[in-house]
Amino acid sequence: MDDPLILIDADEIESGLHLRELWAYRELLFFLSWRDIKIRYKQTLLGAAWAIVQPLFAMLLFTLVFGKLTRMPSDGIPYPLFAYAGLLPWTFFANAVTNSGNSLVGSTSLITKVFFPRVIIPAAAVAAGLLDFVIAFLLLIPLLIYYRIPLRWSLLMLPLFTILATLLALGVGMLLSALNVKYRDVRYALPFLIQMWLFASPVIYPSSLIPEQWRWLSMLNPMTGIIEGFRTSMFGTTFDWMAILFSIVITLSLVVSSAYLFRRVEDSFADII
Amino acid sequence: MIPIILVENLSKCYRIGSRPAHNSLRDMVAELIRSPFHRLRSGNRSADETIWALKDINFEVMPGEVVGIIGRNGAGKSTLLKILSRITRPTKGRFSLNGRVGSLLEVGTGFHSELTGRENVFLNGAILGMSRKEIGSKFDEIVAFAETEKFLDTPVKHYSSGMTVRLAFAVAAHLEPEILIVDEVLAVGDALFQKKCLGKMSEISEAGRTVLFVSHDISAVNALCERAILLHEGSIAMSGPTREVAAYYLDHANKLYSPITWIKFPEGKSKEIELTAVTIAQRGAQTNIIDCREPFTVTIEYENKKAVRNSRFFLLVRNEKGEPLFTSSDYDLLSDVAIDRRPGKFVSTISLPGGLFKTGSYYGTVGADIKYERIIFAENDIFHFDVFESGDDTHAVRHTRVGIIAPLLPWHTTAKESQNS
Repeated sequence: MDDPLILIDADEIESGLHLRELWAYRELLFFLSWRDIKIRYKQTLLGAAWAIVQPLFAMLLFTLVFGKLTRMPSDGIPYPLFAYAGLLPWTFFANAVTNSGNSLVGSTSLITKVFFPRVIIPAAAVAAGLLDFVIAFLLLIPLLIYYRIPLRWSLLMLPLFTILATLLALGVGMLLSALNVKYRDVRYALPFLIQMWLFASPVIYPSSLIPEQWRWLSMLNPMTGIIEGFRTSMFGTTFDWMAILFSIVITLSLVVSSAYLFRRVEDSFADII
Repeated sequence: MIPIILVENLSKCYRIGSRPAHNSLRDMVAELIRSPFHRLRSGNRSADETIWALKDINFEVMPGEVVGIIGRNGAGKSTLLKILSRITRPTKGRFSLNGRVGSLLEVGTGFHSELTGRENVFLNGAILGMSRKEIGSKFDEIVAFAETEKFLDTPVKHYSSGMTVRLAFAVAAHLEPEILIVDEVLAVGDALFQKKCLGKMSEISEAGRTVLFVSHDISAVNALCERAILLHEGSIAMSGPTREVAAYYLDHANKLYSPITWIKFPEGKSKEIELTAVTIAQRGAQTNIIDCREPFTVTIEYENKKAVRNSRFFLLVRNEKGEPLFTSSDYDLLSDVAIDRRPGKFVSTISLPGGLFKTGSYYGTVGADIKYERIIFAENDIFHFDVFESGDDTHAVRHTRVGIIAPLLPWHTTAKESQNS
């Protein structure tokens, strides 16, 4: 006889990530992100335009305050373009982390009533943010034309940095969402954390502004490699491979360890949420 | 034959009790600081901070069997279903499920009010484990079952609650797992639709699928299941043919289930009137399992700490959906002058007629107020009773009709003098 399809033993410690089961539930990931996208801008006046408004206004504000008033250096790139290229991955990352961090707590009824790999919930929240990212990306095209930035082969590197930003958001999102189930402090700490992280990342300022001996510290922030990578792909400066390598290694180890941690605690979600 | 569901020594322990759960870091830090002293004071009393919702459950279900799980609220039925549905893990023991599982612990899980009916069908189907292709192929059937064709592209927030439930159940009813686990989801929706759902469920079982059906409505279990398991305080009290288990349940309900007296717990809440006990009795004996055909009484005992002018007592009865059935007051049949309260202990007995309640669970709220002035106290859902039908199946039909009560009303029908006589 075949092994039973499902065997749960309380004494058996769950190990492994159950990737096969996760694959079986891939359609649910699609449906949950689709739901998030569908309802996000329901009953709003501007609708999906919000995806552009957010980075656009941040860009205008940054240009006014940092570009004009403080004359922030921007590696020779016009400051509005410099800021927008940084804000693109940053806005995606910040929203994805915020939404996925709060996603489990916002899905109490799903968690207590239906079984599925719980990681789908924070993952769907991250995936739903990708559409906003694409919409915001479209605004970049007129900006590039206006500032006469030529097309470059290095643009082909953009998907890599997008994937990296997605994975990083997923890793942080899994961690925070699981923590949020037990400690609701996360909800309040999140905006604060995101704000700190913004200043720790080269969104407003270029990495070149950081003194050489402290550069390694900023590389420990995986967003540094991603944001600088975005700019480099567009404006054809030279890639800082060290920062990119740091970013890849830190992101991947974060995703893997978050996934294991999440797997370890997900069985208790229904009991404590 | 190999059992399709095999459950061995299944136990589930929940942490509850005096120590509150740490829901924020601050709580945890505060607890850490306090805990050394706490431990000194309370000694080794940590054992009573856990509760065994399930203790050593063993049973097996053969392919194609339809098994009912009955028992009171808190008997462990929902915990058992949650473990078998893999929503929560058992503390001890093991189980195996030898087929694709579909579980339905709630109707309309994941429904979103901003989405249209069509969108919700797909979303809910995916949440219940159906593939997009599967939902697509059954879509027309689902919509026809729910009778909501016209409103498919309307957001669900504009639906009546009945329509939402019908649509949600229609999706669930079209799940085609080998093992179907159903909680008391039939309790929602109107009677006609409930009947339709019961019909759909027996279709499922006739198709050879295994069904695990939880309910505290014995008549529903009787109608669907050949075998039943009675849970009591987390253990299996009896298991066997449904008729025998149901009979045992009704006979032993009083012995199995305490309390049948409810006492007001927190002391000194009201300085004026204190509720001391509430009891229900039928045929001269205290019980909380009520035969719907016989009258019964609710007795409220209380103490007036001081004279409270114009105070009145209330009894509010709600059904399990929370819908109020009626509110009765000790003042209803009295004149104004008669309600001048003296200090002292009192007993009020309220007589409720037989042939009024539908079968199901009811919750009673007892309160007192001062006319035109203020509420003295209100003890929400302080007592609970279950009503069952002692008559045969033809009598039981009236409980499934539309309406929140099922009164037995006399119909006097005589032939009218006809024209051609």
